[in-house]
Parts: sequence; C-alpha cells; structure tokens
Amino acid sequence: MGLLNNHGVLERHSLILTIAILITVSIGGIIQMAPLFYMENTIEKVEGMRPYTPLEVAGRNIYLREGCYVCHSQMVRPLRDEVERYGHYSLAAESMYDHPFQWGSKRTGPDLARVGGKYSDEWHVDHLIDPRALVPESIMPPYAFLAEKSLDYDNIEADLKALRMVGVPYTDEMIENAKADLVAQVDPEAYFDEQDALTARYTEASGREGTVQIRDFDLDPDRITEMDALVAYLQMTGTLVDFSTYEAEDLMNRR
Amino acid sequence: MSTATLKRGGMDNSTASVAGLLGVFAILSIYIAANAMDRLMGVHATIFLFALAAWLVGIGLWAGKLEGRDPFDETKYEDTLVKFGVFASMFWGIAGLLVGIVIALQLTWPNLFYFEQWGFTNFGRLRPLHTSAVIFAFGGNVLLATSFHVVQRTTRARLFGGMWPWFVFWGYQLFIVLAATGYLMGVTQSKEYAEPEWYADLWLTIVWVTYLIIFLGTLWKRKEPHIYVANWFYLSFIVTIAMLHIVNNLSLPVSLASSKSYQLFSGVQDALTQWWYGHNAVGFFLTTGFLAIMYYYIPKRVNRPVYSYRLSIVHFWSLIFIYIWAGPHHLHYTALPQWAQTLGMTFSIMLWMPSWGGMINGVMTLSGAWDKLRTDPVVRMMVVSLAFYGMSTFEGPLMSVRAVNSLSHYTEWGIGHVHSGALGWVGFISFGALYCLTQWLWKRKSLYSIALVEWHFWLATIGIVFYIVSMWFAGIMEGLMWRAYNEFGFLEYAFVETVEAKHISYIIRMVGGLLYFSGALIMAYNLVRTAMGHERINQPADAPAVSNPPAAASLQPAE
Repeated sequence: MGLLNNHGVLERHSLILTIAILITVSIGGIIQMAPLFYMENTIEKVEGMRPYTPLEVAGRNIYLREGCYVCHSQMVRPLRDEVERYGHYSLAAESMYDHPFQWGSKRTGPDLARVGGKYSDEWHVDHLIDPRALVPESIMPPYAFLAEKSLDYDNIEADLKALRMVGVPYTDEMIENAKADLVAQVDPEAYFDEQDALTARYTEASGREGTVQIRDFDLDPDRITEMDALVAYLQMTGTLVDFSTYEAEDLMNRR
Repeated sequence: MSTATLKRGGMDNSTASVAGLLGVFAILSIYIAANAMDRLMGVHATIFLFALAAWLVGIGLWAGKLEGRDPFDETKYEDTLVKFGVFASMFWGIAGLLVGIVIALQLTWPNLFYFEQWGFTNFGRLRPLHTSAVIFAFGGNVLLATSFHVVQRTTRARLFGGMWPWFVFWGYQLFIVLAATGYLMGVTQSKEYAEPEWYADLWLTIVWVTYLIIFLGTLWKRKEPHIYVANWFYLSFIVTIAMLHIVNNLSLPVSLASSKSYQLFSGVQDALTQWWYGHNAVGFFLTTGFLAIMYYYIPKRVNRPVYSYRLSIVHFWSLIFIYIWAGPHHLHYTALPQWAQTLGMTFSIMLWMPSWGGMINGVMTLSGAWDKLRTDPVVRMMVVSLAFYGMSTFEGPLMSVRAVNSLSHYTEWGIGHVHSGALGWVGFISFGALYCLTQWLWKRKSLYSIALVEWHFWLATIGIVFYIVSMWFAGIMEGLMWRAYNEFGFLEYAFVETVEAKHISYIIRMVGGLLYFSGALIMAYNLVRTAMGHERINQPADAPAVSNPPAAASLQPAE
C-alpha cells in the first residue's frame, strides 16, 4: 500500500496535515451547499409570498426568543398523514424570507407551519396563557407573561432595515412607515387610512388580496402587548401562498 | 517563554499581550453598555465588563506574586491548566445534567415544574441551556483539558504561548457564561446548537483561533518526529469546528449595540447550512474530538500500543471526508431538493464503516490486557463507551434511510439516539479520561475509591438503558400513532393523544437521567478526594496498581 507509506509526510508536517484536513472537510459542504444558491429550481415559483409586516416580524422574534422551535416544527412533509393533519406540504418558497429558518427538528407539540387561521385569536390567547385550561393533556409551558408585557417596538425600523440588507425586499416606504404600520395592524383606535396604507403596501408586495390581517389580536384594546405580536405571527403562518394557483406537477416545481 | 524578558511586575510578553487584548475588549464593552439598544445587550455588556475586570485583577495579583520566577518554564509541562480543566468539566457536567433532569420533569409533570411567574424557566429556554451545557460546556472543557494534556505528552513540549492557553481556557468559560445567561434572558439565534448571538459568536471565534494557534504552535515545538494519531483527531476537530462555526453563524446585527441579529441565509439555504453545522458538530466536536481522547487514554491506561496504525489512517481520513456530507439526512422529506437529501443519506450509510473502524481500533487495543476489563472499572467504562459508540453509529445510518426517517424524524427516537451517543459514548469516554487525568496529574497511586467507580459505572449504565429504551418505545409509538388510520380512512389519533401516550416513557426516562446524574455526583466526590490525596484503606486486594503515571512534572519520553 504505497499511499499508506507516504502518510509519514503528513505526520511530520503539521501545516501540510492541517491543509489536507481542511481540504478533506470542505469538499462535501461545498458540493451540497453551493448549488442551492444559484440553482433556479431550489425555490418554487409561487404567488402570495410577501415580507412579513412589522407586527409579524416582532411576533416572529418572540417566537424565536421563547424557543418555540425546540418543540414545534414548521415543515409539513409530503406524507399522507401529515398533509391530512396539517394541510398542504410546505414549500421552500414559504420560508424564503425566514432569517433564520424555523423548520425545527422535533414535534413535542404539533407542526405550526399552517396554524394560521385554524383557531380563533381568543383560543390562541387563552391557550398561550394556560395551555392546560384548553387541552388538559398538554405539556406546553404557560406564556401568561406575554399578555402582560408591552411590546417594545421602538427599533422596529432597524429590524426591517437589517432584514432588507440580508435580502428581504422591504421598500423604503415600508421601512419609513414601520412603526405606524405596526400600530395600525393591531390598534383598534388607528385611523382607517393608516390601516389602508398598511394593507396596500403589503398586498402589493404579495400580489394577492387578503394576506394582511388587521385586528386587536390579544383582545386587550388598551395596549399593544407581546401577545398581540405573537398571535398576529401565528395567524399568518402558512396562509400567504395561494395554493389555488400553485402547480405542484409543473416541471419547474418538481425537485 | 523562558527567553521572554520579564517586565514590570514579572509580566512576560504573552501575559502583557493577553492583558492588552482584555483591556481593548473592556473598553469596547463599556461603549456597548453605554449605548445599548436593548436591555439585554446592556446586561450582557455589563457582565462581560465585570468578568474582564475580574480577570485583569486576577492576572495582576498573580503576576505580583511571581517574584521573578518564570511562570512558563519551558522544561516543565503546563499541568495546572489541565487541572483547572478537569474541575471545570466536572462542574459544567453536573450543571448540564441537572438542567436535563429539570426539563425532563417539566415534560413529565408540567403542572408542577412550570412556573408562570418565571418565564425564563420555560422548556423553550432551558432546553438550549441543557444542550449547550452538556455539549459545549462539559464536552468542550473535557476536550480543552485533554487536548492540552495529550499534545504536551505526545510532543514532549510545553504548551505554546505562555499565558495564551489560559486565555483560551478562561475565554471559553466566559463564552459559556454569556451563552447560558443569554438563553435564560431570551437572547438566541434560534439555530439549534448555535443559539448564542453574534457577539458571543465573535468572542468564541477569537478564542477558538487562539486555540488552533496554540495547538499548532505546540506541534511545531515537538521533540518527536511524528505527530501522534490522537493529535490528528484533535487537529481535525479544532479546524473543522472553526469552519462550521463561522459559516453557520454568518449574520447581520441590527446594530453594534443590539443583541439581535438576522441570519445571512434564509429558508432552505439556511436549513442546509444549519444541519451541515449541526450534524458535524456531532461529527467533529462529539466524535473526532473524543476519538482523540480514546486514542491516548485507552492505550495509556492499559499500557498497550494502538491496535492498528493502518486502520487509524484509513478510518481517520474516511471519517472526516464522509461526515461532512451527512447533514441533509436531518432534512428528509422537507423542502430541501431531493438530490441533496439522497446525497446526505448515501454518505450517512457509508459513514457506518469508518465509525466502526474507530471502535475496532479502540477495543482491540486491549489485546493482551483483557483482564483489565474485570479489574479496572475505568478501562471498562472507556470500552463500554466504544460499545455505545458502535451502537449509535449503527443506529444513525439506519435512521438516515429516508423510509426509516419518515417514521423516526420529529419523534423521541431522535432524542434516544442522541442520548445513547451522548451519555454512552461521549459521557463514558470523558469520565474515563477524567479519572485518568485526576489520578495522573495529582500523582496518586490509585483513585480514592475503585468501589465508587464501580458504583458510577453501573448506575450510569443502567441509567442509559432506561433512557434509551424508553425513548425508543416512545418515539416509535408516537411515529406509528401519527400515521395510524382507522377503519373509515380517517386519522386515528389527535396529536395530543400521542403526547398523553408518552407519559410513562417520560417517567422512565427521568429515572434513567437521575441514575446517570447520581453516578456523575459519585464521580465528582471520588475525583475531589483523589485530588486531595485521600485513599480508602479497604481497597480490594486486586485493585489495579495503575500504572506508570505519565504525568510527572518534568518532561518525559512520550509513547
């Protein structure tokens, strides 16, 4: 075995050994990861995906902060039982604005990719405050403090700006109006024209009517809480893409 | 640094440069604390500042006491640092296992172990605390301590860099504190096993690159012509973890004074990057690093050469080449393109053989010394760790098959699988190394009590069996329940019924965890007594009079 006899070179030169290791461990990652960034059929062509509204961004950040991903996946697999239990299987396009992704790896609780619209706001609020009041067998932690805590959205513009820099197509208008849009989506006292402006901005981005939900999500009209934001995010998840126009059998969508 | 000129107060160059770096970071953290955009960043910058201040004071006090003595005497090994590492490993190990028990209790009896007023004790925040504490705090400290020990002994040279190895040690502890307090407060990137935010990641990058330089620098000083096999494994672990850590944590902070950042990649690309990282954290942190431990401590403890030099070459290169490809098996049936899933699965199955190559090489090293399995429970622990390694590296390829994965993924089976690897393989080989290190570094004839090692071994082994069997049972059951149909063609079970069905398994799992934890407590007691120089008088007559401790303070021939 000539090759093995030459191994002595590596054993006597630490830098050559280091470089050989670095090359060996780089190959697999490059071959698997690089194509995903330029191959056109990595992400399906869909109608309806849009950047998240400022309130949804804030809600998503609470979802991340509380570590919801350790128990809830957001990835419906194309298996019969999952499609029947949760809805249409998840598309890559549906998480294209997720920095980071939230597909998860464990279902201690059910998948949440399509939880939007499945339950009422009231159900979500009550369930988050005390999961076992609604589902006695549940082992989910209580999140009552979300309803008590005012949402901190002073820097929401900066959040949208950062998201734009990593590739989410927020317009200047969306960023300038981030705070007003956040309030307009949830505050029952907000002016109709502010709500209309919010709806118009994100409907245009989506290319589809009805993706912006405006109401007082936590049923506490006095203030904007973290509960508002989280429920707004949950009620949006999985509802953006228009599956009536999605052609799963199209060659471009088969991966 | 024997040639280093001693400056004021006995500070040599390396100490002065470490102190300078800490000073720069202290000024930076003052700036960030003063301008923090959010409260959490303010808290973290303040913690960081106080830690650095304490550190600088500590260096000053230490330097003041030197009185002209060269603290980094080139004719001696740096063993004090390794001793610190042994105790840090013990401390974090017990802390991490304890958090594991708490979250197991939460899933078992949610009404008793969730506290509405304390949102920071919820499962979503404590689970990353548990995983990071056991993997990075416990495992990481074991790897730091053993690598610093092994590289010195196998090169017959003192650690390179004077004060810098201490910078790596304390810098790593500071990273752990930042990460852990961050999880409790809700600072997280929400990427599994890479939860710390951007500033903690940057700090770790500095620490880690220093670690690499120290390791290479010590190799450059070596007095042995050949680099010993354990060092190949350590080197691949350090280099690859640096690569994985940097790429997977590419993110854009909202501002320099904000604790929040957004990942550079999104969706499917981010998912693949994450599991390329996640799986190879297993591959290079929890496998090659601990194989390095195996390649030094088993031969040393049983006083036998490594079974096969050729096998070690073949399985080393094939292991590190193939491991990197295996990540996509975490993403079967997801929106990741199928060609990538298939590649991941193929290489995962191929990975079986290089993994078993390591197991065979370790176990067969006992050739001619099999009696030690009976007489020395430390050896038995390390060999059983290889058995668990063999088992979980068979189970892994099995679970990476798409059809199997459709059942096993998202279930408790995955939890059982990682714990057979973590408790069995990583835990046992680490415990073995800690027993060896304590006995050797403190130059004791024997451990305080061999009987207590037996107790540790059996409690922990039974604990693992409870843990993994209950999780197999729970995982396969819930996987089958999710896909069960009734006679009318409807799904048979609501999701919550599958949760309810796991209750008994959760209780058994928790008992297993408690057994394992009590074993670790016994070990800690035993190690402390050993370090203190105590020895139980009624040791059994055949207690192993182990062996030429290769840990004398002056330089000795290596292998």
